Amino acid sequence: MQDNTDKILNDVTQNDYKYGFVTNVETEIIPKGLSEEVVRLISEKKGEPEFMLDFRLKAYRHWLTLKEPEWAHLSIPEINYQDVIYYAAPKKKAKIDSLDKADPELLETFAKLGIPLEEQKILTGVAVDAVMDSVSVATTFKSTLAEKGIIFCSFSEAVKEYPDLIKKYLGSVVPYTDNFFAALNSAVFSDGSFCYIPKGVRCPIELSTYFRINAANTGQFERTLIVADEGSYVSYMEGCTAPQRDENQLHAAIVEIVAMDHAEVKYSTVQNWYPGNKEGKGGIYNFVTKRGLCKGFRSKISWTQVETGSAITWKYPSCLLMGDESIGEFYSVAVTNNMQQADTGSKMIHIGKNTKSTIISKGISAGKSQNSYRGMVKMTKRAVNSRNFTQCDSLLLGDKCGAHTFPYIDVNNKSSIVEHEATTSKISEDQLFYCNQRGIDTEQSIALIVNGYAKEVLNKLPMEFAVEAQKLLSISLENSVG
Amino acid sequence: MLSIKNLEVSIDNKVILKNFNIEVKAGEVHAIMGPNGTGKSTLANVIAGREGYEVLNGDIIYKGKSILESKPEERAREGIFLGFQYPVEIPGVSITNFMKTAVNEIRKHKGLDPMPAGEFLSMLKEKKKIVEMNTTLASRSVNQGFSGGEKKKNEIFQMAVLEPQLAILDETDSGLDIDALRIVAHGINSLKNKDNATIVITHYQRLLDYIVPDFVHVLYGGRIVKTGGKELALELEEKGYDWIKQEIDI
Amino acid sequence: MLKDKIYEDFNLNRNVLLDNFSEPIRQLKHKAFESFVKLGFPHIKLENWRHTNLKNIIENDYKHCFSPSDKDVDIEQLFQCELPEMDTYTVIQYNGWFMSRNNDISLMDNGVIIGSLNKAFKEYPEIVEKHFGKYTAVEKRSLEALNTAFAQDGIFIFVPDNVKLEKPIQIINILDADTNLITQPRNLFIIGKNSELTLVHCDHSILHRQSLINSLSEIFIDENGFVDHYKMQNKDAESTLITTINVHVESNARISTNALILNGGVIRNNVNVKLNGKNAQADLKGLYLVDRKQHVDNQVFIHHASSHCYSKQLYKGIIDDDARAVFNGRILVDKDAQKTDAYQTNKNILLTDNASVHSQPQLEIYADDVKCSHGSTVGQLDPNAMFYLRSRGICEHSSRMLLMYAFASEVVDTITIEALKYRLDTMVSKRLKGELSICDQCVLHCSEKAPDFLKMDFKPIV
Repeated sequence: MQDNTDKILNDVTQNDYKYGFVTNVETEIIPKGLSEEVVRLISEKKGEPEFMLDFRLKAYRHWLTLKEPEWAHLSIPEINYQDVIYYAAPKKKAKIDSLDKADPELLETFAKLGIPLEEQKILTGVAVDAVMDSVSVATTFKSTLAEKGIIFCSFSEAVKEYPDLIKKYLGSVVPYTDNFFAALNSAVFSDGSFCYIPKGVRCPIELSTYFRINAANTGQFERTLIVADEGSYVSYMEGCTAPQRDENQLHAAIVEIVAMDHAEVKYSTVQNWYPGNKEGKGGIYNFVTKRGLCKGFRSKISWTQVETGSAITWKYPSCLLMGDESIGEFYSVAVTNNMQQADTGSKMIHIGKNTKSTIISKGISAGKSQNSYRGMVKMTKRAVNSRNFTQCDSLLLGDKCGAHTFPYIDVNNKSSIVEHEATTSKISEDQLFYCNQRGIDTEQSIALIVNGYAKEVLNKLPMEFAVEAQKLLSISLENSVG
Repeated sequence: MLSIKNLEVSIDNKVILKNFNIEVKAGEVHAIMGPNGTGKSTLANVIAGREGYEVLNGDIIYKGKSILESKPEERAREGIFLGFQYPVEIPGVSITNFMKTAVNEIRKHKGLDPMPAGEFLSMLKEKKKIVEMNTTLASRSVNQGFSGGEKKKNEIFQMAVLEPQLAILDETDSGLDIDALRIVAHGINSLKNKDNATIVITHYQRLLDYIVPDFVHVLYGGRIVKTGGKELALELEEKGYDWIKQEIDI
Repeated sequence: MLKDKIYEDFNLNRNVLLDNFSEPIRQLKHKAFESFVKLGFPHIKLENWRHTNLKNIIENDYKHCFSPSDKDVDIEQLFQCELPEMDTYTVIQYNGWFMSRNNDISLMDNGVIIGSLNKAFKEYPEIVEKHFGKYTAVEKRSLEALNTAFAQDGIFIFVPDNVKLEKPIQIINILDADTNLITQPRNLFIIGKNSELTLVHCDHSILHRQSLINSLSEIFIDENGFVDHYKMQNKDAESTLITTINVHVESNARISTNALILNGGVIRNNVNVKLNGKNAQADLKGLYLVDRKQHVDNQVFIHHASSHCYSKQLYKGIIDDDARAVFNGRILVDKDAQKTDAYQTNKNILLTDNASVHSQPQLEIYADDVKCSHGSTVGQLDPNAMFYLRSRGICEHSSRMLLMYAFASEVVDTITIEALKYRLDTMVSKRLKGELSICDQCVLHCSEKAPDFLKMDFKPIV
């Protein structure tokens, strides 16, 4: 049974890491190391206005005062921050204003990843912003979106075109003082996506950012900012892959979301960074700060994540429920195998009245991996009549892995209700035997059961992503009939 | 089809079946009856190959070959079906998906291509009628949230889909009301033909009003102590198991 | 600062804290002190102390009692609070010291030894040295280190193999001084194979001075043994009570604990259980009914170090006024602890918007064949149940009382000593009506019967 389990999870996470190739594009990189000069250089290279440089420098100076967080259930090898390249960009000959001018090598890379960037060929109706080595290389469907007043572009472009919006919202949800990695990102981030949905607009297509680390020894520090104005709606997806390399690479991203009155943002992630090999060599260190601010009345932010990649994951997509009657949701499937480590979960901070939140987390541990759920639910004194429901389940495949649950529940008013439930168990022998008895071998039975177990979360993904996620969880049949 | 000889089985070092013998031929229906704790479910599980049972002695010959070394799924693919007494719930796995996986595994074993989706769906539709099942199979997880009756109907439905050669129905009548019992029994009867065999394990005689057995065996103390025709079941009902116990002990 | 005072006290009193002891004990105490120096008092940056801040408490000055009181204390006079219905052996701890009219330590006919730990060090060194400090993490937990360094006396109970003590042993911990006192009572309970012991531990203070109790009990339960432990805390608001129970459970043995907290200033209870042998069991319960500015913090750590063990935690609380409750329950399942069953439940009801709860149920699991779960809820009384009662003509106030009483009953009902259960029942209903905080006396002093409406013969739905 152990062998089968390993095999299946290998299929899911390891052997099948088909994104491990390297693209040969000419890359502009700056020397290794981090200093005030490097921060200035990044800003200069990007031709940023003064306010951005200020922001970066403040962040950098603050970062110097911080230590890496140690509270997570992770053993993180020491990272030499002077050994990382903080800026790497595919070389551009001129400013790309249409895809024709983009490097064909780049287009091919994204095609290989299944991300078609050529608009005319896209049938799926997903607008994509492709980010390679922290620099946005192409954004599709821009004009279609522009008709509705939706802004969807690279972060660098937004800094130049929409400085007021950036000034207003940058760091408003995740201030650079937030934590070590947020400060680092704020100092050195090179690009990312920006999205603004105007009042009353329902974004007609899924927006998607595809992140790709390509260059060696580089850190990826991108930043996503989504602002959903009153009564608007957007569904946003994020995918990530990286080449298979022996050394560890650092990824420290920030995602900020602001939702105004009655606005709704759905943010989905399928995280499939290179997890390292069986012995734990290589792989991405994924240290990400994601937070949404439900600022307005009845605003809603929903996070869905399927985490299968990365050597180490440190990630807690959260919601600040400020607006009265606002809603926060977090749905997560986290698979760890071999030597992977994940410490992931969510924070729901209830500030407004009658706010609601839901956390559904499904952890699956295999190999020698360690998989932890860490979550906080806080009801402030003001957040009267608020509710939270949390369900965390952990499934253990094999006896060398670990599954851990660390919830923090703080309630400071009498009318709120918080319910937290968690279970940990191994895959059920009764279920396996039942499947076996119907002629299904153990390997497939595990795949079937694991898929069923994660269903509740997978169902929350947009269709385009669900397919990818299901494949990731080695789903063979589900939804193909009936 | 099935021949069990001198079978001795233990769980956790406790001998449950001892000196157990049975001979089942194609086209036959056998009923195995007996009081609680005499090894009825053990027998079913051992034939299906469940782990945790230790075969100390004897052999199980199915279609001319010993199956003791076969994995549960191999036995299933060879046509052994176990109708569970307590079917387990598998959350998130739809019945459609579950059956499609099973059907195609069995087809692969027989060297056949997977069944085309359309054909498969219409087949399911047909089979549902056998047990008067009206649940939407695609949307419901295997046994999850099913009532006792629905679970048992689902077992017979799966039997209809998989078309086994040897069906072992473990206490299929328990927890059924009279209507469900009739439907389940009807399902079992309509699946019966000259090439397959059925072993009905039951506690009560009432199921045998609907499914007429060719042989009735009484299991007691881990072995068959009495074999007869369908009238034996009636006699048991009337006199109770104590009657058998007395007969044995004397 | 208390820390400075502690250094000074330790150094000035080496003769009684170290020199009086045998070599291994002396070494341990010395190591413990070094460890305390290194670790210092716990602070809120520590994960397990996030919500209990000792800062103000340790700024105060407290005095140690390095010798038993020479005051002629008449215990009968001071204390007549045995439960009349409860038949127990009573032992008194006075300002941390064992107190007795007759013998400091006695060997009973059945081989049971009860008495002063201080005397036991001298009279039964082989037994004490085998267990003293063995279940305590002096390197990691500073207050356990502090207690170990300063430990001079406490209760020692040794139950040999195959002895079932019929009567519970009741330990009454009295604090009586006209200055601010710090005490470090140290208890050691050793239960032999197939033996059983019931302990009822009451904390009680006479004078309303500020006091700091840092008590530590070590319990060793050998194969197939059983300890049923009750702790009742009903202290005045000026006191800080920190108790630690470290339990080591061998195969087929069981520990049951019940922490009943009805009153107090700052209360922190640590229960650390190591299930060390196959089929060992731990059943830990707690009930806290707090109001005003009280602060209660229950920390439970269950270490499943062996296979086939079972543990269950049930902690419930009702928090009123500005009170604060903390629950931190951690289950650790070792790699080899297969077939573990571990459950944890924490339920809280907040009665005001100034009350608060911090609940951290944690699972840390390294074995795969386990069944573990935890649940934590914070909420109100079930509105359906409220409606049901009111629709039967019960007024809102009484309905609320009844439901709260029922909420608490889940814990109270598990008490196996009938007289104690009845008393607790009364206490709880009084507590819920806010009457108990007027009475700052020991729990066992109260003799009033439960109000009739709480005794009515139907089980309210919860």
